Amino acid sequence: MAEPVLVPGLELCLSIGVLSTVILVRLAVSLHPYSGEGQPPMYGDYEAQRHWMEITYNLPIHEWYENTTDNRLQYWGLDYPPLTAYHSWLCGAVASRINPSWVSLHLSRGFESYHHKLFMRYTVLAVDVLVYFTAAVVFSRLVYRNKDAMWERISLLGLLLLTPALIIIDHGHFQYNCASLGLTFWAIIAVTTDHNVTGSVLFALALNYKQMELYHAVPFFCYLLGKSVAGSGSGGEFLKRVGLLGVAVGGTFVACWFPFLGSWDQTLQVVHRLFPFARGLYEDKVANVWCSLSVLVKLRRLFSLSTLVKVTAVSTVTALVPSSWNLYETPPLSDSSWPWLTPPSSSSCSRTKSTRSRFSWHSSPAPSSPLTTLTSSPGSSYWQSSPCTLSSPRTDWFWHAAP
Amino acid sequence: MSLSQTTITSTVVFAVATCLKLLLIPSYHSTDFEVHRNWLALTHSLPPSEWYYEETSKWTLDYPPFFAWFEWVLSWLAAVADPNIVKIDNLDYGAPSCVLFQRISVIMSDLVLLYAVIQYCKWKKFDGDLQSFVISALVLLNTGLLLVDHIHFQYNGFLYGILLLSIVKMLQQKHVQAAGLFALLLNLKHIYIYVAPAFFVYLLKHHCFSSTTSGSTRRFLHVKFIELAAVVVCIFTLSFGPFIYYGQLSQVLSRLFPFKRGLCHAYWAPNFWTLYSALDILLATIGFSPGEGGSMTSGIVGEMKLQVLPSIPPVLTLILTATATMPSLMKLWKKHNTCGLDFLHCLILCGYASFMFGWHVHEKAIMMVTMPMCLLAMEDGRLWRIFTILSTAAHISLFPLLFNTAEKLIKVFLFVPYIMMALTSSTLLKGNHLLQWELKSLDVVYTAGCVLVQIYCLFIHGVGGYLSYLEFLPLLFTSVTCALGVTWTWFLTITLYLAT
Repeated sequence: MAEPVLVPGLELCLSIGVLSTVILVRLAVSLHPYSGEGQPPMYGDYEAQRHWMEITYNLPIHEWYENTTDNRLQYWGLDYPPLTAYHSWLCGAVASRINPSWVSLHLSRGFESYHHKLFMRYTVLAVDVLVYFTAAVVFSRLVYRNKDAMWERISLLGLLLLTPALIIIDHGHFQYNCASLGLTFWAIIAVTTDHNVTGSVLFALALNYKQMELYHAVPFFCYLLGKSVAGSGSGGEFLKRVGLLGVAVGGTFVACWFPFLGSWDQTLQVVHRLFPFARGLYEDKVANVWCSLSVLVKLRRLFSLSTLVKVTAVSTVTALVPSSWNLYETPPLSDSSWPWLTPPSSSSCSRTKSTRSRFSWHSSPAPSSPLTTLTSSPGSSYWQSSPCTLSSPRTDWFWHAAP
Repeated sequence: MSLSQTTITSTVVFAVATCLKLLLIPSYHSTDFEVHRNWLALTHSLPPSEWYYEETSKWTLDYPPFFAWFEWVLSWLAAVADPNIVKIDNLDYGAPSCVLFQRISVIMSDLVLLYAVIQYCKWKKFDGDLQSFVISALVLLNTGLLLVDHIHFQYNGFLYGILLLSIVKMLQQKHVQAAGLFALLLNLKHIYIYVAPAFFVYLLKHHCFSSTTSGSTRRFLHVKFIELAAVVVCIFTLSFGPFIYYGQLSQVLSRLFPFKRGLCHAYWAPNFWTLYSALDILLATIGFSPGEGGSMTSGIVGEMKLQVLPSIPPVLTLILTATATMPSLMKLWKKHNTCGLDFLHCLILCGYASFMFGWHVHEKAIMMVTMPMCLLAMEDGRLWRIFTILSTAAHISLFPLLFNTAEKLIKVFLFVPYIMMALTSSTLLKGNHLLQWELKSLDVVYTAGCVLVQIYCLFIHGVGGYLSYLEFLPLLFTSVTCALGVTWTWFLTITLYLAT
């Protein structure tokens, strides 16, 4: 059979087909119950998000993270960084325009309705499309720049957007991981195309959306540090580069945290909300080392909280060293043909290693980043991105061996 | 390429379709859901002699006997799943077990459709994976099927499976099997009588008359005719026999062919009568003196009475349908060297004619044209173009069936991938030069028009109360735009057929 002739409209039609299919899958998953549906008194993550819209829309900003009469922190108190809070405020503003009873202070607790569910689901979809989809499209075109690589582009796009974990957690269980993951995705695109400052700002924004992105922080740091070292002729130039990045990141943090920098107590309170060590070694069930070990050895009973915090910190850092060192050593972009392959894979490597040894996480972490689907072998990449995956070191060799 | 490869491809497509259907289980289902639950209950709880008399629920049995037996078989499985399903008095029972059972029964019955597609692919002997993939996707992931069967709720999947299977048998020249399967189908859902003339003419010509070398006359083969007639009569006897024995034939027929008021169903099917009624409304709005009473300005959904143009008696629709079908049937009868594909083409045209001029046609009946067209489209680039335009019009016309908010975006995103697949497939199959076609500007204009109308109907009308008192307006716009597409493709199909 003759080879099909590639026509300009063909890739557009196929891309539209793929994008609309992945949206369809999300819409279909959205039909199903969300976390805590119909389960008073606490409900679940969906109610948590709705409650944050209620709190942020109705209360002044300095009360968002404080335990007050209007804001009882035991009932789904805010425990994500400020960017999530601002996003909740925006959604709350839209919600109150449509139907004020969705976010009325105190009265809307446990509110559930057909249209409210649709509204909430559509907020997730909107973020997904605006942030995550756009990153995926740009990324697939970046990886396969060759005009003839149409099928590879289409396949990668489909693979990136069909990761079951992200769909199930964001559009089923109900969360906004697509926001922070999407921002990280854009950050990766930026730093691997030499837009280091933009990338740093984007990643800082991702961090300020969900503190879980700390999993990816060390790889970013090491990669940018390595690039700055390699790309600088002199010590002065190095300091300038690093300084610029520092200012960018610092500035982003200040901008996001600005309303909470009024007093030291206020800032600390937010930090306490973000890192609740008191919750313990792990919550519910999670596919990591501590939870698995605890089946045989009851770690929580044998050791004190402070000991466990120190142990997990040391083990996480130790596990991160190999890939971080490798990132630092990575040659600059101008040299290798697929240089962008290494940092994300190490980032995913660090991410999975961090999951294994990180202190205190429960079962709804960010899905094993779809960033791991950077491969010419869709099979292994899909295996990698299955929920709570633990990537084997052997697969990491595959990344580095890729042409 | 081994035959089993096509089986694998089709099965994989079916598996993907099944996953999607499973995800759609919690979606909106119409009163047809309760209709079928009621039939499960009455076939399970009552003896056959009472099936066509049972009236506890308003959704009385109005399908032929074989479908009732099909429900009877299912009812035993339902009783195991949840005995409450099969209680007649349990009206509007909608427990999760009931929804799950009924939805899964529809999904499982689609296996018949898979079988038909595999048989078709085997007969075609495709030399590439892509062709069998395309055919499988167009049929098994058909938007209409997903919208009507797996959301709205009906059992069209396995019925179209039997229709496609009988078409395949005809293509394989296994006439008796084809006739038997079609007779079986008629006794499952009598709406397939729309395409019966094509079967009749083709079987008469090819099975009952000897094949000729040019010049010599054809002989009528009595034995073959009797063989064919016997099979068909046998099947009908099996179906209606018990009810004739009970003396209930007239009751059964009255259920199957109820007297229905109204030229158009509450939601207008995109056929000729929609255009006729729309013209009537236009003339009435412009200010022509209204005829009989009944107003459009109330805007509510309901039976529409014509105001300016003359009203249409049911017998006229029959005459027009027959007239519209005649040219294609004559061509089928007269043409030398007709083959199975001519039969398929004529079958589609019969479906078209009945859809265009039939009395009280449901919009779902357009699938009787689109499903067989999936098989024919690959034969010729011009047919592919027709298929793409028809798919656009037909599937958009099904949108009003799903009127809840959650399904608004779902139906759009069920439709878009399908059309993209239709658009791209012919380019991808360019190994066959017959399939090359280009979008003409008229096609683009029409599609753009449909899209704009739907943007209005789905996202502007009624939002914030905008024009919400004119309930019927979006339905009118949808039906008229789709009717234009259906009529246009009908003309294209018929001219293509008559010109060969």
